[in-house]
Amino acid sequence: MKKLNRSRIQELFAAIAAGQRLYIPADNKGQAQFLPWVEGLEMTGALNTVRSAKDLFFPQTEELIGFQVKGREIQLQEIRDPGEPFVVFGVRACDAASFAILDQVFLSEPADTFYEARRNHGTVVTLACGRPEETCFCTVFGIDPAVPGGDVSGWFAGEALYLQAATEKGEALLASLPMLEDADDAAVQAEQEKIRTVLEKLPLKDLNLTGFDGEHLMEKFNSPAWASLSESCLGCGTCTFVCPTCQCYDIRDFDTGHGVRRFRCWDSCMYSDFTMMAHGTNRPTQLERFRQRFMHKLVYFPADHEGVYGCVGCGRCLTRCPISMNIVKVAKTLGEGAK
Amino acid sequence: MQELIRQKAIELLENGTVDRVLGWKAGEFFYDLTPAVFRTREEIERDFVYSVFSGANFSKYLVQESRREGKIAAFLKPCDTYSFNQLLKEHRIWRDRVHVVGIACDGMCDIDKIRAAGARGITAVERDGDTLKIETLYGPMTMPKADAEAERCISCKSRKLVVYDEKIGEDGDVIADSPRFDMVAKLEAMTPDERFAFWRGELSKCIRCNACRDVCPACTCEKCVFDNPKSGIAQKAAANSFEENMYHIIRAFHVASRCTDCGECTRVCPQNIPLHLLNRKFIKDINALYGDYQAGADLETRPALLDFQKDDCEPSVVYERGGEQA
Amino acid sequence: MNVKMDPLIPMIGVVTDIRTDTPDVKTFRVVGLDGKKPFEHIPGQCAMLSMPGIGEALFSITSSPTNEDYLEFSIKKCGCVTTWLHEITPGQQITLRGPYGNGFPVETELKGKDLLIIAGGIGLAPVRSVINYVRANRQNYGTLDIVYGSRSKEDLVDYAEILDEWSKEDGISVHLTIDREQEGWDGHVGFVPNYVKELNFDTSKTVVMCGPPIMIKFTLAGLLELGFRRDQVFTTFELKMKCALGKCGRCNIGDKYVCKDGPVFRLDQMTELPDEY
Repeated sequence: MKKLNRSRIQELFAAIAAGQRLYIPADNKGQAQFLPWVEGLEMTGALNTVRSAKDLFFPQTEELIGFQVKGREIQLQEIRDPGEPFVVFGVRACDAASFAILDQVFLSEPADTFYEARRNHGTVVTLACGRPEETCFCTVFGIDPAVPGGDVSGWFAGEALYLQAATEKGEALLASLPMLEDADDAAVQAEQEKIRTVLEKLPLKDLNLTGFDGEHLMEKFNSPAWASLSESCLGCGTCTFVCPTCQCYDIRDFDTGHGVRRFRCWDSCMYSDFTMMAHGTNRPTQLERFRQRFMHKLVYFPADHEGVYGCVGCGRCLTRCPISMNIVKVAKTLGEGAK
Repeated sequence: MQELIRQKAIELLENGTVDRVLGWKAGEFFYDLTPAVFRTREEIERDFVYSVFSGANFSKYLVQESRREGKIAAFLKPCDTYSFNQLLKEHRIWRDRVHVVGIACDGMCDIDKIRAAGARGITAVERDGDTLKIETLYGPMTMPKADAEAERCISCKSRKLVVYDEKIGEDGDVIADSPRFDMVAKLEAMTPDERFAFWRGELSKCIRCNACRDVCPACTCEKCVFDNPKSGIAQKAAANSFEENMYHIIRAFHVASRCTDCGECTRVCPQNIPLHLLNRKFIKDINALYGDYQAGADLETRPALLDFQKDDCEPSVVYERGGEQA
Repeated sequence: MNVKMDPLIPMIGVVTDIRTDTPDVKTFRVVGLDGKKPFEHIPGQCAMLSMPGIGEALFSITSSPTNEDYLEFSIKKCGCVTTWLHEITPGQQITLRGPYGNGFPVETELKGKDLLIIAGGIGLAPVRSVINYVRANRQNYGTLDIVYGSRSKEDLVDYAEILDEWSKEDGISVHLTIDREQEGWDGHVGFVPNYVKELNFDTSKTVVMCGPPIMIKFTLAGLLELGFRRDQVFTTFELKMKCALGKCGRCNIGDKYVCKDGPVFRLDQMTELPDEY
């Protein structure tokens, strides 16, 4: 365990940023997001960022390959950004857990090399959640915000920041920061106790997901409740964009006028064109699109991944949905003992 | 107020005036209400909520709802009635399939403002006159309701119900001295560079979810150009960060003179971008160039930009008003 | 650059020959830049073809793996990419990547069986690969019945190959049908599902089927009436795809991705999946 006085955190950021790019959660016009640290940039007071830390590993838009077309000939142009090592500081336990879910998708064979490169380049420094919000329900998924995961786990306790490496990458990062002092873990344990008393009070901690599995796939899919759950959905896809585990993407070409660039960008199952083919779509109304999103997270994903849900309980969809519809309401409505 | 509204909803269902009611459905917390259609007394008694968090404007839902069989009751706040009226004017709603209950409103609250005031882990908010009593995981607090009001309510343009079949509560008046153009004036006073920096900063947060469009009662195209892959501008990607700016500017142009300034765009924005300022700039300019005009205030007058008059100002006026370029 | 080639990055191919099959179907012969077959595949597998700037789309490979020289794709003109393909001439380069999907179980569940192949319209494309694979490995399979239907005589894909080659081989029975009476047609007239029922096939056969969803639905009902079981019937699906790697998230039916877990499914698997295709 290492420690540093909280007042010296800018010094810590400067030392990390001297070696590689550093991202910290900071406010941008009142909205918390991961921003590249520059001298003087302070951490946000918000518990979590509006958009999740997935942005750093799976950006909203990225170029895959370029093409030069001359007459009937096509040439490939390597345009990918090879990337470079970076550190993301202040990732919460929920987002750290989301990487394992994204890994299941992107790193399964054949691995997505763009994502893989960023995962290899990135060192994740997490922070325990001293003050969880009412919308937090990560504990439902076995995530412990008092032990937040990542390459290095961090805690603010009293006047100090405590850091504990969990991987080789994390060890290497901490070894490169001479201002850190050795510490025992008494203060961290006390902080963890404090966090756990708050966790006991979280209103969503008892969310019951019994029955959300492959066994009940057809029963959940055919529930009549989808009609009322989806009836006021705007189809904006905000839930998918702020979600740390949503990973659906589109691949498109952009003609720059001097070559074609093939890029990928986030897509959303909430959009009407998501499954649109020349002859039509198999999800013609918002009901099917809405159902797809929640079935994927609560039924399809666990059916395919040994019971692991495609949700980490970060609560972003609870705070951001324009009509306040979210995975908790869906789970409660469709769940066992539902009204 | 909530009791009066629930009783009215039950009465309208049970006396056969309507077969369904559009209202706000209780959520996990007291503030996360979802627009929902209620069909029975039991549903209403269990889940219908009217509170300072009943901000959602139902007018746009009525475009689709009024195309369904039967008749629906909708509770509309004053600003919602302007949107409803504007949609009626554009022949988007079947009037005889909607029973409008106008409800008085003295301002809705914005949970983000309560959070911004320092509340964390909010488990309950109760209104006590002009005060909000807030329970949190970390202890109780209070704040003046006025400080928690949504920006659109602080700068409310009118408490008048411009259309209704019946009403609950006292009808109010147009607010002549609404401060709604104050921020627009501040932006106008900036240099072009400052103004550009302001909008780049705000719009760079945009994630292109298009929720502002999806909720906007003035955006009722059956198929939006931004959803048409053949338009060449339907990219979901932020291919170049200026694309978001263009999207919002084009949208503001498209709704200009039809926008009633209901503020839904800003309410739903997941990034809290003050999108209503773009619309208000248009409203302010239209007022100055074509005479005062309030979209949705009536069913007769034609929106300034949809109506050519020989004495209309020339487009060059925009150039002349442009100000010094940096 | 020392990075692994990403599976989303295509290779360049050349269209060497284009055959017009029907008014809206053409068959494209594709080789790599080295003039050789771009990659090996299993009947029923697919590949992503694209023209930069136009788009990328998934097509089933219609040639048999036993063809050692090239890949063939029978493509109906219906969207952006297909319309572009219908306008090109031989010598045009395109991009391709693949093969994708599981393919038909030609070496396992179909092996040694009497086969009944049922296709409608452009649905012949994936099963033609099976048919020609079976013809090339005739000793490994029993009898082969082919029921193929289309809107009209002109819309029968590979009509020449069917008449000149398939119909003339021992152990192969070809049953053609068109939707409506037509001058110069003395064969069967009627829809595929009804024709299958009329032909009253022996229920020991294993069925491979491809066609529009409506045809699949009614033909399956007919087969079940005849006494076939769902686990004797294989079909192949098509849904919107972008990656073909099981990652972009759009071609799922329930928890199965058509691109990765399919496109070939045995129909008893489908009873446990939502009817969303």
